[in-house]
Amino acid sequence: MAEPILVAEQIAKRFGEVVALQPSSFSIGPGRIVGLLGGNGAGKTTTMAILLGLLRPTGGEVCIFGLELERHRYQILPRMNFSSPYVDLPHRLTVVENLKVYGRLYGVRRLEERIATLAADLEIGEFMKRPVGKLSAGQRTRIALAKSLINRPTLLMLDEPTASLDPDTADWVRTYLERYRAATGATILLASHNMAEVERLCDDVIMLKAGRMVDHGSPARLIERYGRRNMEEVFLDIARARATPL
Amino acid sequence: MTEPAVVELAPTGPLGRIYALALRHLYLLRGSWPRLLELVYWPTVQMILWGMITQFLVTESTWVQQAGGALIAGVLLWDVLFRGSLGFTITFLEEMWSRNLGHLFVSPLRPVEMVVAFMLMSLVRTLIGTGGAAVIAIILYHYSVFDMGLALVAFFAALLVMSWSFGMFVSALILRFGLGAESLAWFLVFALAPVSCVYYPVSVLPDWVEPIAFAFPSSHIFEGMRAVLIDHEFRFDLWRNAMLLDIAYLAGGAAAFLFSVRVARQRGLLHQVGE
Repeated sequence: MAEPILVAEQIAKRFGEVVALQPSSFSIGPGRIVGLLGGNGAGKTTTMAILLGLLRPTGGEVCIFGLELERHRYQILPRMNFSSPYVDLPHRLTVVENLKVYGRLYGVRRLEERIATLAADLEIGEFMKRPVGKLSAGQRTRIALAKSLINRPTLLMLDEPTASLDPDTADWVRTYLERYRAATGATILLASHNMAEVERLCDDVIMLKAGRMVDHGSPARLIERYGRRNMEEVFLDIARARATPL
Repeated sequence: MTEPAVVELAPTGPLGRIYALALRHLYLLRGSWPRLLELVYWPTVQMILWGMITQFLVTESTWVQQAGGALIAGVLLWDVLFRGSLGFTITFLEEMWSRNLGHLFVSPLRPVEMVVAFMLMSLVRTLIGTGGAAVIAIILYHYSVFDMGLALVAFFAALLVMSWSFGMFVSALILRFGLGAESLAWFLVFALAPVSCVYYPVSVLPDWVEPIAFAFPSSHIFEGMRAVLIDHEFRFDLWRNAMLLDIAYLAGGAAAFLFSVRVARQRGLLHQVGE
């Protein structure tokens, strides 16, 4: 079996008396798409921030590419990237300026060529010279995706990648992620509230509730285990604490 | 999809990443005329005002007659300190305002490289702001601060280094307390004005305040500036004192900034920037 790309060992986070994440362990294998699910305040963003190194856990450790994140942060980060609705790209800079800045930060060789590839793949060529702040939510999502792919990351973390998108654009993003994984073999971790998205994209799901990892497994196995028809029903069962696995 | 099997990453090193972040802010300045106007507006207005005051006082005060340019030079050099500090902090604030800090802190950019990029932008912003005012002083009052020659370069460098220390310290406070504390960027540095002795010698201060004044590099620099303008002498001892203090201040400012980044990582402030 292939070595996991990411291993979280008993990671936990407290803010004073508030427990944001109880000790949780999981690992993600190469080339997998894993969903991080949970209601508001379940600990998804906290977990993702810890895995990105934006937030220091109060306990446990994270290993990515076989390296401990705290100690080898700057060896790991060039091979990762992320996108989140909580973090923006500078609105006054044009799309191409943003991509040039991030391409240089990640040390992308033949940057112009890379930007042209992303512009074609993500169909953003027509607004490359427009300021990011002047774009629609759907266009901005594609730009954020372009930034998160500028270094062609081996590990991509996406926090609610289709939040506030219309169904057509959301479907376009999901299709793109499927194709990206197929083309590159990248590992993708995504936090989402959209159960249809999770069922469609994810090989595995980590369920969080009130800062605790309550279950994990493939969508099909979770549906079967809870005796439900889809992930939406599994999610509601867990969120409302009205069911236990069969 | 045309995704290549591999995208080559070249280890650009610190200079490449520093340049990338500086480029982000140069793009911002280039594309925003209000930002450029703001850079030159206040130094120019200040300089015009103090130029008028100087022209009046030259006929009324023997001290000002001795060194007609002391007030204008004071205005311009004070602005180096003020604009330098503000330049650093505003550059940092631009990242907070645009909610971009999260992206930067998960990129390969190290906090020390971020600090150096902000210093570079502080230099650029200060040169634009005070450079414009200095040229206007030549046109309106036939006073050239550049007549100080190498002494001006020495004073400019010492003040700029001090301004970065304060910029780092203020940025650390803003990172710790959120955007609600952003006004610190504008007013905190003004607390230095009375003890920096920009327009008067340190000797006019009460005895007990003088040691406090000499604890700041700026008081040594403005004393040195007056020595050049009045006595036509470059006081190396004053400049050396300023630079030694600058080193201590720079170390303190950097420590405060890096500590605040560490605390921000513990408290989750990097990806949830706000008031």
